[in-house]
Formats: sequence, C-alpha cells, structure tokens
Amino acid sequence: MARLTIREKLEILADAAKYDASCASSGTAKRDSRDGKGVGSTEGMGICHAYAPDGRCISLLKILLTNSCILDCHYCINRQSSNVRRARFTADEVVDLTLSFYRRNYIEGLFLSSGIIRSADYTMEQLVEVARSLREDHDFRGYIHLKTIPDADPGLIRQAGLHADRLSINIELPSDDGLKRLAPDKNAARIEGAMGRLRADMDDHGDARRSYRHAPKFAPAGQSTQMIVGADQADDRAIIARASSLYDRHRLRRVYYSAFSPIPSPSTVLPLRRPPLMREHRLYQSDWLMRFYGYDAGEIASATDPATGCLPLDIDPKLAWALAHRDIFPIDVNRAPRERLLRVPGLGVKAVDHILRSRRHRQLRLDDVARLTASIAKIRPFLIAVDWRPTMLTDRIDLRARLAPPPKQLEMFV
Amino acid sequence: MYRVALTAPDDFDGWRGAARRLAAHDIDPADIVWQIGSDASDLFGDRPPPPERPEAAFTVPRAFVDLAQTATLHRAPERFALLYEQLRRIRSQRGAMDDSASPLLRRIDMLAKAVRRDMHKMRAFVRFREMPESEGSRYVAWFEPDHHIVRANAGFFVRRFTTMRWSILTPELSLHWDGDTLNEGPGASRGDAPQDDPVEAIWKGYYAAIFNPARLKTGAMLSEMPRKYWRNLPEAALIPQLVAGAQAREAAMIAATPRSPADDSPERNSVRAWQRLRDEAMGCTRCPLHRDATQTIFGEGPVDAPLVFVGEQPGDQEDLAGRPFVGPAGQLFDQALDAAGVDRARAYVTNAVKHFKHERRGKRRIHQTPDAGEVQACRWWLTQELSLVRPRLIVALGATAARAVLGKAVTISRTRGRPIALEDGTEAWVTVHPSYLLRLPDEAKRAEERARFVEELRTIGDRMKAAT
Repeated sequence: MARLTIREKLEILADAAKYDASCASSGTAKRDSRDGKGVGSTEGMGICHAYAPDGRCISLLKILLTNSCILDCHYCINRQSSNVRRARFTADEVVDLTLSFYRRNYIEGLFLSSGIIRSADYTMEQLVEVARSLREDHDFRGYIHLKTIPDADPGLIRQAGLHADRLSINIELPSDDGLKRLAPDKNAARIEGAMGRLRADMDDHGDARRSYRHAPKFAPAGQSTQMIVGADQADDRAIIARASSLYDRHRLRRVYYSAFSPIPSPSTVLPLRRPPLMREHRLYQSDWLMRFYGYDAGEIASATDPATGCLPLDIDPKLAWALAHRDIFPIDVNRAPRERLLRVPGLGVKAVDHILRSRRHRQLRLDDVARLTASIAKIRPFLIAVDWRPTMLTDRIDLRARLAPPPKQLEMFV
Repeated sequence: MYRVALTAPDDFDGWRGAARRLAAHDIDPADIVWQIGSDASDLFGDRPPPPERPEAAFTVPRAFVDLAQTATLHRAPERFALLYEQLRRIRSQRGAMDDSASPLLRRIDMLAKAVRRDMHKMRAFVRFREMPESEGSRYVAWFEPDHHIVRANAGFFVRRFTTMRWSILTPELSLHWDGDTLNEGPGASRGDAPQDDPVEAIWKGYYAAIFNPARLKTGAMLSEMPRKYWRNLPEAALIPQLVAGAQAREAAMIAATPRSPADDSPERNSVRAWQRLRDEAMGCTRCPLHRDATQTIFGEGPVDAPLVFVGEQPGDQEDLAGRPFVGPAGQLFDQALDAAGVDRARAYVTNAVKHFKHERRGKRRIHQTPDAGEVQACRWWLTQELSLVRPRLIVALGATAARAVLGKAVTISRTRGRPIALEDGTEAWVTVHPSYLLRLPDEAKRAEERARFVEELRTIGDRMKAAT
C-alpha cells in the first residue's frame, strides 16, 4: 500500500472521529499568548469557527490518532471487524496540523481521541505525548480536549489532565444491557470507575489551588461524556435518569447525546434505521432544563409519554411539562418568584432576569413581556399580566394543538 | 441646533464627551445632530457647543457605559441619539438601567446584541492566508463585518496571535500587527489579500470528512453561518455538493451493508446478533405488558429466511411454552401452510407484540387485543428483527400485525390479496390471522374462509419461489 499523504490520513481520521458529538471549547481557564512563545488564547466563551451541513459546529480539530482498534464494538465504525481503511498519525503530524490550522484561525484547538492499539496504556501514552508536545515544545495556549481510555493507568490520566483543558470518557450506551450487547469488550463499572477517579483528581487539584496559588491546573474545563441514543432499547426516561445520576456522582460538565447514525459497513447487530434527529434534540433540551432551569430527572420524566417513555417530538419538553402540570398555571408575571417564572414555556433565563429587574419599576403589561421575549403567542396562555388573564385557556383540551407547530414538509435545500 | 462632529463611526469617547456636556445643560435631544466627520454643509445655523459645567458633573452606572460602548459600534445612524436619550433618562429616573421592558432601553439592547454577535462572528470567521515575506510569514485575512467593530475587536487577535505577524483587511479599516505594535491602515478590497494558501485544501478535506451525511440539518447550519459569510469562507464552497451528495451517500451505506462476506458470515454475525437481540428482548420493559406475562416470546426461524410471518401476539399456550405459534391458532396455521405447499422451516415467524396481553377471568386468561401504544412500543423489536433477517416478503397476519408492518391502521378486507411495496423495497402482504378462522361460528363460512387463506398463502409461496 502506498504511503498516505497528510490530507488522506486527515480525511480518514476525521471521518472516524465524527461520531463524537462533543465540540465544546468553552468554560476553561482564561489565558492568552502575550507573554508566551507560541500562539493561542482561551477567553471563557468558546468559538465555533464553522458549521457543517449536519448542523454541528466545528470548533476543534477533531481527529483520532489512529482508527485501528483491538476492540469490536458494534456501533463503532472503527471496530476491529470493520473493513474501513486504516491510518495512523504520528504525534508530530498532529501537532503540526493543529498549529497550522490554529494560525489560520480555523479552530480553537484540538480534540484528540484514538482507537486502542497494543494496550490501553500504550495508546494513552501516545495521546498524552501529543498534548505535552503542544504545550511544552510549542507553548500552545489554545484548547485541548483529550479522550481518556478508561482502562489506562491512572498515572497517565493524571498527566493528561495537566496538559488538557477537558477530559472525557464515553459512557457509550445508556443501558448496561445495551453495552453488553453492542460493546462486549467494554464494561460499565470500569467506565464509571474511571470517571469517579477523574472527579477525585479534579477535586484534589482544586483543593491544592486553594492553598497554593501556583499549584498546577488540572483539566480546568472538567469532564464530559457521550451516550448513543437509539441503538439500544433505553427510552428517554431511562436516558435522562442515567444522565442525571452521572451529573450528580461524577460532577460532569456535560452529557452529550448522539443519535445513532448509520455507519458504513455496519455490524448487523445494529438497527439500520436511525432514530429521529429530533429525539436527540429533545434530549438536549431536557438536559438544559436540568442544568439551568432547576428541573429534576423525575420532573422531566413526567413530561414523557407514559406508553413509550419518550419525550414528544412535536413540542419541546418544557411545553410538554407545562401541559402535563396545568394546575400551576397561569403564573402572575408581576408576583411569581424566579423558580416559577422559569417554568413558563417560552421564557428563558435571560427573559426571566429582565422581568425580575423590570418589575421593580413598573407593573408589567403583556406588551412589556412581549418586548422581552421572542414569541408572546406561545407564552400568553400561561401568564397573568396587568392587562391580561387567560380565561380558561389552560383548561382547553386543544391547547396542545394550538401551541404545537403545524406539521411541516421535510426541509428542502436550495 | 447643536452639531456634534465625531471623528469616526466608532468614536465612543467623542460621543461621551459631547453627551456629558450637553446633558449637563439639559439640551433637548431634538436639538442635537450627531454626525461623523466635519463636512460642515450647514443647513441649520449651528450654535457653538455649550461650555463645560464642572459643577454639574454627574455619574452614570457602569452598566450604561458598557452598553453604550458596544451600541456605538452599530451601523444604525440613530445610535448616538438613542444613547443620549437614555443618558437623559438615567439622570431623571432612578433605576432607568434596570427597566428592561422600556422600549428605548430594549432598542439599545438589541443594537448592542447585534454588535456582540458581529464581533463574535468576526472572531470565528476571519480566515488567514499565509504570505511569504522577507522577514518571515505574514498571515493576511479579508473580512467584511456588518458593523463598525474592527478596531474594538483587534485586542482579541492580538492576545491570541501575539507571536505572529498578521493583517486583517476590511472595507473600512485595516489592522496590521508586527508582533509588537498594532497599526491601522485605510480600508482595502478583497483583491488586496492573498488569493490562496495550500493549507486551505487540507482544511477543506477536513471539513468534508467531519460532516456526517447521515444527519443533514442545513437549517441549523444556516442560522449560525448565514450565507452572507460564505464568500469569505473557503470551506463554504463545498456546502452545495456535500448536501446534494448526502442523501445518496446514506442510502448507499445502507444498501452496501454486507449480508454475508467471508468475515461477516451469518454464523459469526447475524446469528450472534439475533441471539443478543433476543437476550435483550427477554428483559424488555418498554410497555407495561411484561408485568403480567410469563416471558417474552421472540420470533424464531432461520435468520436468513426469505419469508417472514408476523402475527398479533403470543396466546396463553405460547406464553407458557416460550415459542410463537404453538397454540390452536398455530396448529391451524401449520395445516394451512402445509396445504398451500409452503415450508414453515424456511420462514421466520414472529409477533407484532411479544408479550401475552390478557385479562384474568376465574382460572382462565382471556386474550386482549394490544393497543396502539403497545404495538408502537414493541415495533422497535420487530424493526430490529426485520433488519437482521431482511426477508423478500413479509406477511402480516391480522390487523395488529398489519399496523406494525405498515406503520398505520388498515382494513384487512381492503388490503388483503395483493402485494404492497414497503419503503425499503420489501414486499408486504396482509391476510387474516388464523385465530379469526377459529372464531367463525358458521361451519360453511369457516371452510370458505379457510380455503381463501390457503389460497393466499399459496400465492405468497409462489411469489417467494419466483423471487429466490
């Protein structure tokens, strides 16, 4: 086989990495290159430098070091028995590529993962070496996200945390049965064990930094994970419960949901049809409700369809929850506390803050609320304002139909 | 009429100095003209600016200074007047900056929001091209912002690319950084920037490869990366062809799934996959039916069968035996297949719902028809089974099975007896469930219906032989 060019390798190894949904580059320590020898800065908010037609943002150079793998997970394009073309980058090649993309302002940094070759430790060493070289040899101050191999030596993972902004370990499938069936070489207990150790390491470094200002930073953007939706039989209720317990126990920054998508030369264990992309989106919305709106997993579960255990696809979970709990509505926009206002479908965190500040100075009318939000029509049935009181609207049986978007033709692209 | 000449469209300091002085004299907003540069084509007969009034100095909330600094960069000409009006309001009304619902403050907020977005998009979408120079490389970009943000945004690029030499050219203003100081130059045009960079080809290769054709969401892409930016983004040139190819690629992927190449032989993969699926189904709790049933009754038969029969649900005897179609209806079904000359051993037999739904009456368990929710919940398993077996023909026995196979409710009498093409090309047939024949009270009618059932099975058997 002829040697592959950098571009050919990149195409193979980016193609192999694209099933990972995470691309965040936010929430890390602030730094820049003014006193450095290299390039790079991180300023809190991440930047999406491009968007692909799949609607996902491209913020990081997301690649695998190699797509060869000794494991045989059925949902994975890189599994040992797949006939996909294989390639492998050297550490230097990844470093060069990252820097030359970064200098042209294509990316915020690197998200490096890898198939497992030889052993978990060997592979982890290779990943750490790339991060070390970027930081130490090139004084790179951009963002680095390393995928961590759960079975690797904890010492190696600790080194990874000293160079990387974020570490992640994928939980892969929401149900243990699913993991057994689709990823026979992986083990839920070992994955969660590794997450627990990571959290302990982060806590230790946090303590040290409170006592010693110069103690090294450890993965300042925390850890995240990803679950594949629709490849096993877990319903939304089970997925949300799982995510919620992961947030609690391992203090994850983010749980990513990735709708299973057909891969080339799939194993026949897998469903061939993909779940609706909207399902993934509804899970994201419910995740948002848990993290920023004070909903707990049980409350989200009460918005799911009792027969299927899944969130409705045609309306968002916040509206679904409100329709299932009509007794708490309408809410008085001039009196209700913050937690209650956050439950109104269509009112976001910012709008609620504006309402709270504004109502100290005036009695809010419906027009005032309309100026603070995107769509008053959606909110109106749930609110009381000075000049507005929904009559019986929350009791109407057809409220759902009135608020759900009309069925749409499939999106066409010109 | 007072005329204030600002030095540049983003001259915040000029606006602040003038606004302070005018506000100290309580000048009415309608008496002020804000303009950029001093082309004194004078229509109104200007009055000299009012004198400073140190004794009338006043302070404003920090939040207003931040907001004004940002909103000043907007291209709307009325921005200076709106800000001056808000300044007057702050002096006269306590908490004027908190009153988010006031139309004026809301308006200014919107201007600032547009500016922040534009600044963010500039940080995202500037694309440098490397240009060899005698002292080393210079990285040069061409960018077209919506608002007057370039100067305000320079700091970001300085902090990030301190050790590089770079230039950002825009129609209004150019920035040049030499590693130490930032210089401004006049506006430029697209042609002043380098036209290519070999690394762009690699970047485009990355863009195409990271795109997942199985999930096309162009709306999401367009809302964050509107078309107006495309002409300055090298990778955007690929979008139309990526979108056009996407559906075709996904279809090809599914079609190319190997059925039985050497390393993916049915023994090694399909059968193993089917066994795992069955094991998983044994613990199914997707709907409440699992609570009262003895066990999950999964389908059975060769995993590469060309013909699949889908029944309604297991009955009392199946529930106990753990296998489909072994009760009275199953026996009738076997006889009918025999009479029609169809070999049951070559067919895969399963049910739309995999748990026995019943009602207890005394010691007997009476069959109950599963509802749409239960059929829907169980359809996941049926879909998995069908995608493993990939039959040429699927036969739905009865209305419940027809609903599961076709995805909608149909009337048996109107759909039976003719082939129906499914979305993926498989041929489906609908006929009665054998238990229907058992329940007919009239002897003659039963014989007639049975003959019709056998006849339909015979037709299906012939179709299968013709197809394989």
